[in-house]
Amino acid sequence: MVAGTRPVGCAIPSEIWKVKGMDDYILQMNHITKEFPGVKALNDVSFNVKRGEIHALVGENGAGKSTLMKVLAGVYPFGSYTGEMIYNGEELQFAGTRSSEKAGIAIIFQELALVKQMTIRENIYLGNEFQKNGIIDWDTTFVAASKLLDEVHLSRNPLIKVIDLGVGEQQLVEIAKAVSKKASMLILDEPTAALTETETDNLMQILRDLQAKGVSCIYISHKLSEVAQIADRVTILRDGRAVATDDVKNMTEQRMINLMVGHEITQRFPRVDHTPGETVLEIKDWTVYDPDVPTRKVIDGVSFSVRKGEILGIAGLMGAGRTELAMSIFGSYGVGRTGELLLNGKKMVANSPSACIDKGVAYLSEDRKRYGFVAMMDLRGNMTLASMEQLWKNGIIDGNEEIRRTEQYVGDLSIKTPSVEQKVGNLSGGNQQKVVVGKWLMTHPKVLFLDEPTRGIDVGAKIEIYNIMNQLVEQGVCIVMISSELPEILGISDRILVMHMGRLVGDLSWKEGTQEKVMYLATGGK
Amino acid sequence: MENVNSKAVVQPQNSPGGNWRSRLRINVRQYTMIIALLLVWSIFTVLTKGIFISTRNLSNLFLQSATVAVIACTMVLVMVAGHIDLSAGSAVGFTGAVVATLITKAGWPTLLAIPVTLLLGLVIGVFQGYWVAYVGVPAFIVTLAGQLIMRGGILGVSGGNTISPNSELFRQFGQGYLPQLVFKGAGFNDFSALIGILAVILYNVSALRSRRGRIKHGFAVSSPRNQMFKQVIISVVIALVFSIMVFYRGIPYAILIVMAMVLIFSFVSQNMTFGRYVYAIGGNKDAAQLSGINVKKTNFLIFVLQGLAIAIGGIVYTSRLNAATGGAGSGMELDVIAACIIGGTSTMGGEGTVFGAIIGALVMASLDNGMSLMNLGVVYQYVVKGIVLLIAVAVDVSTRRKQ
Repeated sequence: MVAGTRPVGCAIPSEIWKVKGMDDYILQMNHITKEFPGVKALNDVSFNVKRGEIHALVGENGAGKSTLMKVLAGVYPFGSYTGEMIYNGEELQFAGTRSSEKAGIAIIFQELALVKQMTIRENIYLGNEFQKNGIIDWDTTFVAASKLLDEVHLSRNPLIKVIDLGVGEQQLVEIAKAVSKKASMLILDEPTAALTETETDNLMQILRDLQAKGVSCIYISHKLSEVAQIADRVTILRDGRAVATDDVKNMTEQRMINLMVGHEITQRFPRVDHTPGETVLEIKDWTVYDPDVPTRKVIDGVSFSVRKGEILGIAGLMGAGRTELAMSIFGSYGVGRTGELLLNGKKMVANSPSACIDKGVAYLSEDRKRYGFVAMMDLRGNMTLASMEQLWKNGIIDGNEEIRRTEQYVGDLSIKTPSVEQKVGNLSGGNQQKVVVGKWLMTHPKVLFLDEPTRGIDVGAKIEIYNIMNQLVEQGVCIVMISSELPEILGISDRILVMHMGRLVGDLSWKEGTQEKVMYLATGGK
Repeated sequence: MENVNSKAVVQPQNSPGGNWRSRLRINVRQYTMIIALLLVWSIFTVLTKGIFISTRNLSNLFLQSATVAVIACTMVLVMVAGHIDLSAGSAVGFTGAVVATLITKAGWPTLLAIPVTLLLGLVIGVFQGYWVAYVGVPAFIVTLAGQLIMRGGILGVSGGNTISPNSELFRQFGQGYLPQLVFKGAGFNDFSALIGILAVILYNVSALRSRRGRIKHGFAVSSPRNQMFKQVIISVVIALVFSIMVFYRGIPYAILIVMAMVLIFSFVSQNMTFGRYVYAIGGNKDAAQLSGINVKKTNFLIFVLQGLAIAIGGIVYTSRLNAATGGAGSGMELDVIAACIIGGTSTMGGEGTVFGAIIGALVMASLDNGMSLMNLGVVYQYVVKGIVLLIAVAVDVSTRRKQ
């Protein structure tokens, strides 16, 4: 509501700063527009960072934060976007990430970019070694690295391999690496997503230390309490537009949520009234640990139930543990799983996807390229892949029957393909998704987990997927839909669960669900 | 959920344009191998002034390629699943040494020694499959270790001596031909001719049956004229291949074994769920796992089958040479791998056919055979085979990139 009335990318306080002169800004990004085929990822975004400030960048998933930072880091080179960037009074025209590094901009992505098998010392100076004629001076490197580790409060021997460090410590190594390059601007993308509270506090302290030395910082986070704690100013992005920039002290969490969510929701979602029946799947006190860091709880005591003929939405921000929840139920993620699964009132022991499929539980992955389809296999092979044991008990495939069944689903799901012998890698994203949906329907599931079922497909295909979901529910299938798109969660689900940091923090009926309420719960509000 | 939509079943959308193109692309890959083989044959025919193309030479060529071809049938599965088997050559030598020792030194009857050798092959497969599938050691390492172990095993069994199994029956596996059936004095082998005719009939019957099946299900089929054209061409090719052997000394037993292996493993790879799993694992292991496929069990079975094929290969190889030597089979795994790759098996896994691998084996054998006929030294044979392999993979990589 506030956002709607304010001109795009131009917040009130910026008028005041202009008076002080341009030198106050270390970075000015003016009218940045970046298009991908069919999507405007950034639409005339203007974004400024003052020298020595910590500037938070917030917005929903897909609002354009990462795209904006990739433009700044040179991942998208000059010419692939429109608009101008001025850094330290000079216009930036990056050819790649290497040139942004040279300019003094260091970006630390969520997926840390360290070579795990190398030591801390080697990692910090990788590509930037103390060397003469190609011969590395390890002693100088050691001394310099030790000094840097002190600066980031990491009391570790520089000769330890990065693989032996915790996630939080690895992040500190990344920061040390950025400091070693004399970066004048540090960009942190969701730095605390995997950190403990103490590690988070330490990180905050380091950022303030760096700030005192004149380093500016762009801080991307979903955790609004953190933003309030660390940032000087905040810019909010929504649907590729900068909708507001303001001092943090003028921003309440509620106002930030309102700005993030915006207010135009159109009827993109075909809602059908469902009458839920008896409970089909019940999860009790489900706890799962990270297979990479077996001491870290990914799912923490989650209990819920799914009823026949309902669509249960699971909302939450990235890293809240939604995918891990579904995949651990499906028997394909996590260690130290405890808790109970009841299917139709009976205890279900399912430690593998095949056991789950047998019992009528199916899981459509959010990452269809990695977990969904086999690109070089044809459509028919992909569609029957999960139901082969059911279809051909003696192990011999009836080719004609296979084609007949596949073509039936190709028709039902309106998959556009020249033939069922087409390789799935050659289809469009929407059709690939329908192939994977078809694969799971062929297993005749009682409970179908759909993880981001409409990610990366166009609006028309989205509506088709929603219609399929509604028809399945009418036929008595339970659907659990995980989605990062709030309008989708609100528009399609009968009931909404909200997750935050591995816990279930909300259970709303669709009637009481609002974007603000869900976002409030998902960002850790109580 | 049979009917997600109330919509009627949609007929196959065979838009001729897109399909024609994608089909052509697939076929080009298959045909290039055959064309390459014919090209190699023509060149050698000219260079050897016709000696190469004689039925005697081609029959020998088939026989020479038999061991590699037998193992290639399962090596395709190994490679499609994204593995490799570097132990195949040593294992051929090892199983050969064992079967020769059992017959000659232990005096076992051939009919007992052979099943025991096949069992040994299974054990080798179980052993290697266990480490690859259940322990998770990369196949490269497991089979490299297996190569060393079995190379030692050969020397242990044979004591470093050459063993010649003195069994007429055993020698038939690698050297024997189908006997004359009725026409004792004819200029051709009537038994083999009969099998050739049966093969042509069987092919045509199955082609027509498959066509009828498709029509029954309402699928698109090629026009009767195209279908007839295709059947005639393939019938002629089958007849030609058989006639090479019919007009020499008949079909060698070894080639019958190869044919059986090709038929079985083509069926396994195309018509059985196990085969489908192999392709799925090679194409996208994560997706296969999440689709409920037992990846470990499938990988294990692949190596068990490979072990069995190797034992068969070892028997044929030892029988053909009528000798088990300390160096037997060394380097053969590379010939087999090269045959698979030349025949279109992807080095990254996920793609490859048994038929292609057999053509690849024939290409490799033809290069050996042709250059021997021309009295070119071993030096050239190695260099030329290396270059052919390199070019085959380069072509594969560049066509893949274009897609």
